[in-house]
Amino acid sequence: MAVSIASARTVSTDPVLSVNGLKVHFFTRRGVVRAVDGISFTLHKGERFGLVGESGSGKSTTALGIMRTIQEPGRIVDGNIALYADDMVVDLASLQPEEMRQRRLADVAMIPQGSMNSLNPVRRIVDHFRDSILAHERNVPDRQIIERMHELLRMVGLQPAVARLYPHELSGGMKQRVCIALSICLSPKVIIADEPTSALDVVVQRRVMETLAAVQERLHAAVILVGHDMGLLAQFVDRLGVMYAGKLVEIGTVRQIFDNPLHPYTRLLIDSLPTLEQRGVFRGVPGLPPSLLNPPSGCLFYPRCPSRMEICQHVAPPLVEVEPDHWAACHMYQGEGRQEVVA
Amino acid sequence: MSWRHVLKRFGMFLFVVWGAATLNFFLPRLAPGDPVRQRLFQMSTTGGFTQTGVEEMVAEYQAKFGLDKPLYEQYFNYLLDMARFDFGYSLTLFPMKALTLIMDALPWTIGLLFVTTLLSFVIGTLLGAIIAWPRAPKWVEGLAAPLLTLAAIPYYLLGLILLYVFAFSLQWFPLSGGYEPGTRPTFSFEFIVDAIQHSILPALSIILSALGFWALGIRGMMVTTGGEDYMLYAETRGLRGKTIFARYGLRNAMLPQVTALALSLGNIVSGALLVEVIFTYPGVGSLLFAAIQGADYFVIYGIVFMVVLAIGLATMLVDLAYPFLDPRIRR
Amino acid sequence: MSSPAMPQETLVTTGATTRWSFGRGFRGWVRRHGKLSAGLTIMGVLVLFSALGPLYVDTGDAQPMSAMPDVRPSWEYPFGTDDQGRNLLAVAVVGLPLTLLVGLIAGAVAIVIGTILGITAGYVGGVTDVVIRGISDVLLTVPGLVVLITIAASIEGVISVGLMALVVSSLAWMWPTRTIRSQVLSLRERSYIQMAKLSGMKTHEIIFFEIMPNLLPYLAASFVGSVSAAILASIGLEALGLGPQNEPTLGMTIYWAMTFNAVLRGLWWWLVMPIVLIVLTFISLFLISAGLDEIANPRLRKES
Repeated sequence: MAVSIASARTVSTDPVLSVNGLKVHFFTRRGVVRAVDGISFTLHKGERFGLVGESGSGKSTTALGIMRTIQEPGRIVDGNIALYADDMVVDLASLQPEEMRQRRLADVAMIPQGSMNSLNPVRRIVDHFRDSILAHERNVPDRQIIERMHELLRMVGLQPAVARLYPHELSGGMKQRVCIALSICLSPKVIIADEPTSALDVVVQRRVMETLAAVQERLHAAVILVGHDMGLLAQFVDRLGVMYAGKLVEIGTVRQIFDNPLHPYTRLLIDSLPTLEQRGVFRGVPGLPPSLLNPPSGCLFYPRCPSRMEICQHVAPPLVEVEPDHWAACHMYQGEGRQEVVA
Repeated sequence: MSWRHVLKRFGMFLFVVWGAATLNFFLPRLAPGDPVRQRLFQMSTTGGFTQTGVEEMVAEYQAKFGLDKPLYEQYFNYLLDMARFDFGYSLTLFPMKALTLIMDALPWTIGLLFVTTLLSFVIGTLLGAIIAWPRAPKWVEGLAAPLLTLAAIPYYLLGLILLYVFAFSLQWFPLSGGYEPGTRPTFSFEFIVDAIQHSILPALSIILSALGFWALGIRGMMVTTGGEDYMLYAETRGLRGKTIFARYGLRNAMLPQVTALALSLGNIVSGALLVEVIFTYPGVGSLLFAAIQGADYFVIYGIVFMVVLAIGLATMLVDLAYPFLDPRIRR
Repeated sequence: MSSPAMPQETLVTTGATTRWSFGRGFRGWVRRHGKLSAGLTIMGVLVLFSALGPLYVDTGDAQPMSAMPDVRPSWEYPFGTDDQGRNLLAVAVVGLPLTLLVGLIAGAVAIVIGTILGITAGYVGGVTDVVIRGISDVLLTVPGLVVLITIAASIEGVISVGLMALVVSSLAWMWPTRTIRSQVLSLRERSYIQMAKLSGMKTHEIIFFEIMPNLLPYLAASFVGSVSAAILASIGLEALGLGPQNEPTLGMTIYWAMTFNAVLRGLWWWLVMPIVLIVLTFISLFLISAGLDEIANPRLRKES
């Protein structure tokens, strides 16, 4: 495997965020779309966790769900989101809107996907910082805000002069780094990065990822990196969660997943990654993801699975720990000892 | 804001004014017959003097009004006159100059228009924005339907309804005019109160309908703005609802709203003129009406010219102010 | 084996209640497009009134000296009569379609011109675009009614309804041009247009088969807007006395009512008839336009 994997870092075993049985459904005119249908995973302090899957797998919806910014006609219908903050555990899913608003940015921050349009076109960058900080800390004097902003801009590699500019005067990469700076301005415990580099070219991509890594190290924050590019994710994260059709099908360290991919879908994904040595035909993953409107019973990967069995059509496989800290939802491993979720 | 741009915009303004003046010049000349001769014949039949001598009078007038000179010379003199706002003499109230009549009526119209446009725009925009905001109290939704109804009714029809109900039937307000007939306009307190009383119904006719228009406009813009990425990101950063509403939502929705204002000035003025006619309000509208009825062409053209000038000027000012609202458009 | 990607159209129960607006069919459509339905209904009633009216009333009675003057609404004269002896019910039956006709003609002319100019400006771009946009923007700032007054006042003799419509439409094409042009501009950059170009489609083919179908909601909304503006302008002109003097249109009725001081003499029915009909017309046009707007811009719809 020619993908360079992030060097092993020491990661704490204390949890900072624990998602349990999260379900996000969209109630549309045509029916109920089960975008996220029972996701569970645990994020540890200072850890980098990658959430990978193809379009429509539910990874972005999971991120929005954690932030509680799901918009109509979607709703969180089940599950809890345990945040371990200041010696207590808070269930984000059951907070009142105003309480959740206070938690956003201060405890859990998100770097948005399309930073092209995520900044208010009629407000300067410095005003974005003022808005963000004052929304949570009421009486901070302006001078302090400016100081903090300059420090943050430096951390992401931007000149202080950027502060006076309007968003349309910045390039895509600069805007994305401003978003990173905004996300960390209150030193949150969890940073969710939703495809932060999709709209950028490769060179800028690397710069942004390096910035994100540096920032994360500085703050000892945990990061959930959502994306569809396995190769990119593998170079950054410690652990990976593979999503398919609204469910997690495999969780493990990057090493584990690349050395020994358990779920057939994961295998196909890894096989489709181009390498420098490989010549010949590239294989994608044949077929289309299922409709989430009225999902069939049984394993959702059944129609596309090269290793499918009779039982797969009728019974949905639960996520089980196949080897230590390596979980997969596949009937091929069900004979092993059962263990219920939460990696 | 570069001087080049300001100059360019001013040039556009002059172009419009010139175009209107030229149209004013050529249109009546395209129609058969000429106003002076017609007018004199009209006067002669009503006044009862004989046909003889009318031709000489026509010739006299033509010489006086320069109608016997070649076309291009007439046009050139006409443009010069326009530049000096010399519209000629009123045919019905000769020897009053058209400009005098217009200048007497203009303050009333400007006052009415300024107040009504300001009030309806500000109140309407705020109302519409609140209606569009999902976290607004429930009863606010109920305002949408009546506002829509009002917006659909033309100002002058609303004026007729208000006139009949409140002035005639209930007699709460005066029936016509800008002030009690017989009083002389002064800057005294009584006169001002009287003037305001007379202007309430005309103002309401405009305000109520325009309010609906602005409210519905901003409501649409707020919905469009609401779907923008920066709104979601603002919520993601945990900004307060009020901040998001005012600084992220309304502030951005205002941009197309202001553009709409600049573009509807023509319609607003047209509507206001008709309202004046209904209430016999002593503004430019009533003057125009009287001029049409009396075939007082010079007054008509003078008014048209002034109105185009005023609206062109106002539109230009709004246009030039736009970059201050939208930093993406800095010339 | 299975067909994974086909969405299934079923009536789905969400929670305890089944919302019938989820259903297909007529009722569901009406529920979803409330404004449009309401507007079309009102317009339908008005059109029906105009069409069936002549069966109940002699249209000749819309001329002066057909009935006793100044009669209040009664069983014999449901809308009353005016000062010159016109049966106002007959006037309504004759005048409403005339007013609607003016709006229709002017609106149609305006939309045709607007579409041609808008598509040309938007698609061709360049100097053509600058010229068209310049002219239409400049003309937009001119107060239409005032210019129309000039034109109408300069026309000698009696104006016919058709002429009115043409005069009005001469200043109604700018807004559709603007709207359609901006739509074409945004459509032009869409991928499927690029694809069409690359696959060798000719320009006029692209315009007719790719762009026009997507413009339809905007064309419809612009058309309704033009009709509305045209009726507004024509009634304005008529109310000032600049309309067709021999035709009992709704605007002329208002003019006669004002000239003969209907308000001061308490002849309310003379004004109520045209006002109510005109207001209903505008409300219906407004609702239709808002409804079409919702179709064009789905976010404006209230999703249940």
